Amino acid sequence: MTDVLLQVRGLHAQYGNTRVLHGIDFDVAQGGITTILGANGAGKTTTLRAVCGMVRTQGEILLAGARIQGVPTENIVRQGVAHVPDGRGTFLNFTVEENLRIGAYTRKDKAQVQQDYERIFGYFPMLKARRKQQAGTLSGGEQQMLAVSRALMLKPRLLLLDEPSFGLAPLIVRELFEIFRTINRQDGISMLLVEQNASLALKLADHAYLLETGRVVRAGTAESIRNDEAVRRSYLGY
Amino acid sequence: MDLLIHQVLSGLATGGIYASLALALVMIYQATHLVNFAQGEIAMFATYLAWTLIQAGVPYWGAFFITVVSAFVGGVVIERVIVQPVENSPVLALVIVFIGLLVIFNSVAGWIYTYTIKPFPSPFPEQPLFGNTYLSSHDLGSACVTLVVLLLVFGFFRFTPLGLAMRAAAQNPVSSKLVGVRVGWMLALGWGLAAAIGAVAGMMVAPIVFLEPNMMGGILLYAFAGALLGGIDNPGGAVLGGFIVGVLENVVGMYLGSEIKLTVALVVIIAVLVVRPSGLFGKVHVVRV
Repeated sequence: MTDVLLQVRGLHAQYGNTRVLHGIDFDVAQGGITTILGANGAGKTTTLRAVCGMVRTQGEILLAGARIQGVPTENIVRQGVAHVPDGRGTFLNFTVEENLRIGAYTRKDKAQVQQDYERIFGYFPMLKARRKQQAGTLSGGEQQMLAVSRALMLKPRLLLLDEPSFGLAPLIVRELFEIFRTINRQDGISMLLVEQNASLALKLADHAYLLETGRVVRAGTAESIRNDEAVRRSYLGY
Repeated sequence: MDLLIHQVLSGLATGGIYASLALALVMIYQATHLVNFAQGEIAMFATYLAWTLIQAGVPYWGAFFITVVSAFVGGVVIERVIVQPVENSPVLALVIVFIGLLVIFNSVAGWIYTYTIKPFPSPFPEQPLFGNTYLSSHDLGSACVTLVVLLLVFGFFRFTPLGLAMRAAAQNPVSSKLVGVRVGWMLALGWGLAAAIGAVAGMMVAPIVFLEPNMMGGILLYAFAGALLGGIDNPGGAVLGGFIVGVLENVVGMYLGSEIKLTVALVVIIAVLVVRPSGLFGKVHVVRV
């Protein structure tokens, strides 16, 4: 059994008086990719927000064995958790380059940061061409790539991805998921991926959890979930 | 014509002071979307501190730097202790807090130093510099000081990681936290910087308007007019607006009499709000319905 990077047990979350998560358990293996699938309103985005301290939670969230619950968001981030949020979180008035620079804000290894710019421009050449351009003028796909790049500039251990395929053309989505695979294999960055596009997510991930109205209803390897009769019918559509 | 040039130049000199105070207003506006009405009184209080130091025998520039640093620390403390706890309150509550700060600083200054007008020294010589007849050396000197301050502030925001983080925090607090920026502290730093800039403006304007607890009232109004004219969410625009208001005020004063000066500021404020609420260089906010 490989080491567990993120371990979540009995996670409850609520906005005001509305409970959204009712005690869910899941793991992200060291160097692994876990995906959480589910329909709208199942609690996928909330799960990611809970991991980086953006909502009120009960239960247990362990990052490499250390409790990160109740820790302020910026300190969780400083422990190497990067979040590509719902809506992309672009700094619209910043240039592309400034968006990347702010991503590396917490890092002290300045020489390495310089190399990482080049590496990221290698993954996304169009960002290099547009480095001086205002981020708000980028297309949706370009902004998603910028959001991923900004998160990578943090040099994270764990990358949280909130529906990266949302609103993008199929070709761009495929390209983006190829890059996720490369990043995962080459840099050993673990990922927690939340997706509505189940077939895509199951191809990338090694473990999968199916969320329905705030509860985990299926869990297992991506392989076993893909072959699960119920999942296939409701989420894969064949 | 000579007189007009003279008025324009000295308008630029006082305009620089409005510009730096306008910049201080914009910095806090960008982070909180509120105008800090106490900005002028904080500057006034800092100027009194400089006066006290100079009276105690500290050399001018020594007093200047101690005051700027104290104002910075004071600004940070005010944000952490007074503003931060009410951060998420309704807008009106915050406005009341700012007005409360204004009244407190004003009356505490009056209580400690009395309302008697005091002369405040200028660090620049009495005779005009370089034999020019247009500008007094204080006008020229204070213009240089403000320019240096403005350049430093712009350089800080443009080229340093901390400056970038402060801009990020003002623009998108949630995303800023997600890249590890300590947003709360960035706001406090913004208050500190604004107070420090205000302190410089106060010390530069005090030799002209003299030192008294109400000295910044009119100045803040001009600065506010400048900030609105340039665009309250655009630092560069606000600075330019400050200069424009300075020149306008002086030239109008020359032709129509100096009683009308303050009215100019009010006319500018109302005209901008009616004709172009976003200012000359501000972003036009479009709201989807």
